[in-house]
Amino acid sequence: MKNTIIKVENVNKWYGDFHVLKDVNLDVTEGERIVICGPSGSGKSTFIRCLNHLEEHQKGDIQINGITLNQNLKNLQKVRENVGMVFQHFNLFDHLTILENLTLAPIWVKKTPKEEAKKYAMELLERVAISQHAHKYPGQLSGGQKQRVAIARSLCMKPKIMLFDEPTSALDPEMVKEVLDVMVDLAKEGMTMLCVTHEMGFAKQVADKVIFMDEGRIVEQAAPDEFFNNPKHERSKEFLSQILH
Amino acid sequence: MEEEIMKSKAPFENTAIWMKKNLFSTPVNTAISLIVICLLISFLGPFIQWLVFDSVGLGTAQDCREASGACLVFIKEKFDFIIFGFYPRTELWRPISSMILFLSFIWWSKEPKRWNKRLLWRWLKLILLIALLMRGGLFGIAPVSLDKWGGLPLTLLLSFFGLLFSYPIGILLALARRGNLPLIKIMSITYIELIRGVPMISLLFMASVMFPLFLPEGITFPKLLRAQIAIIMFMSAYMAEVVRGGLMAIDKGQYEAADALGLNYWQKQIKIILPQALKIVIPPTVNTSIGMFKDTSLVVIIALSDLLMTTKTALKDPKWLGFSVEAYLFVGLIYFVFCYSMSRYSNRLEREFSYGAHS
Repeated sequence: MKNTIIKVENVNKWYGDFHVLKDVNLDVTEGERIVICGPSGSGKSTFIRCLNHLEEHQKGDIQINGITLNQNLKNLQKVRENVGMVFQHFNLFDHLTILENLTLAPIWVKKTPKEEAKKYAMELLERVAISQHAHKYPGQLSGGQKQRVAIARSLCMKPKIMLFDEPTSALDPEMVKEVLDVMVDLAKEGMTMLCVTHEMGFAKQVADKVIFMDEGRIVEQAAPDEFFNNPKHERSKEFLSQILH
Repeated sequence: MEEEIMKSKAPFENTAIWMKKNLFSTPVNTAISLIVICLLISFLGPFIQWLVFDSVGLGTAQDCREASGACLVFIKEKFDFIIFGFYPRTELWRPISSMILFLSFIWWSKEPKRWNKRLLWRWLKLILLIALLMRGGLFGIAPVSLDKWGGLPLTLLLSFFGLLFSYPIGILLALARRGNLPLIKIMSITYIELIRGVPMISLLFMASVMFPLFLPEGITFPKLLRAQIAIIMFMSAYMAEVVRGGLMAIDKGQYEAADALGLNYWQKQIKIILPQALKIVIPPTVNTSIGMFKDTSLVVIIALSDLLMTTKTALKDPKWLGFSVEAYLFVGLIYFVFCYSMSRYSNRLEREFSYGAHS
């Protein structure tokens, strides 16, 4: 039996009067791969951003690797060291080279010696097939390359959990595959992954579980086969029919 | 293609082609060009006549009055006083060597690749050395009291320390204003708005008249130092707003990525946000700096003899009355050289920090 690494209990969040997340519950075990989908405005991005406290929840409990997320900055620091995040718009640091983008956090947050950080960063860049661009700046790379760098940057912190917030939505279609390939490799290595995406091919290929969110609630969670072939809820059926054409 | 053609022609032909293309391409363009050229000639001609051909380079004030051109003798005669003020004539080697040291060190420090801790130490040593040179009183160098300092060294001193301190203070104020700590935020906003809301002249007056009233009896601050503090306070508020503009231009994603990687507040600001924000605001920063460089001339109202004040004083010499055009052109030129250098440097820095985006 594997450990529960993320425990989400009755999480609620409001933006002013707007109730974004309504009683969200979720347990994620180590090594589990979860794809979260749903119409825009359903709260899926907000939900995974709550998991590393980029967004604050107002009610309920989130535990990551046994640490409860609250105002305690030390706890938050520990959580963020263990949780990597990949954003829709990459958010690379434009004033640093690719290599510096990767080594910054290990050197400053984890106090890794510079040479060691560089060596590991180069290994990761090798893995995402971008090592030849190590000394370029993000502005010189294509979207797909940038996103692969962003993934490598998160991995540089040796996280236990990876969060992906629509990692391929801002990419040109021909670049989606190169990023998904990296994510599939990562999944094969047993990384715990939560991924907000509409790439249903990816979901079918690697996900252990698909979560469908609508209007701030988890409406349905099921294995991908079951979710795609036999959705239970009206909203899921409607959503699937829209994205699968 | 076009460039190759240009290269293959003789230099004069290049100019001809360029002129035809840019100045005389259409009838309207030709007309405008001709009008502008005529205007230039009609203004510049008499000016050059006055400055060069009719000017008096040797002689007395009387010679100048009889001639119709510029009185360069006046500038020659008053050069020392305009540049160095009341600094003892026999000791002029001290401000001269100080300024040479200072300007050459500025030149040396302008390369971003030399910006490190050692540079800071060197600057500290240099400042101490210059202070010793100017102030004297040690190692057998005759002391010169602060109220004798004047002219260009004073203007440079006020501007340099003004910028040196107001930039970091401005950054801290801007961060405070953008931050989440309500008390500090309110303090920062109050400071910025109060200081920006009053003219610098009134701050200088306060520094020279009011400030001593609050000090216990017997303690005096040199007027120069009080003016310097007033200038730093004033510049900081403006710098803060410039920096805040840069902070606001940084995408939210940069903050989030830094947060997600576990960087703490200061790491995030120093490593991620400020380098990008300060780069964006290089043009307005230099704009403000240039403004401030010229604004130091306001210290005349509390009777510090900066460059502009020494010029005015030189003009009051009964022997040399009536040559204000020459005098103001001369200081204008000095101010211009410094301001224009700052402006050029700003362009260079912008290119330097373009992160390979255009290479």
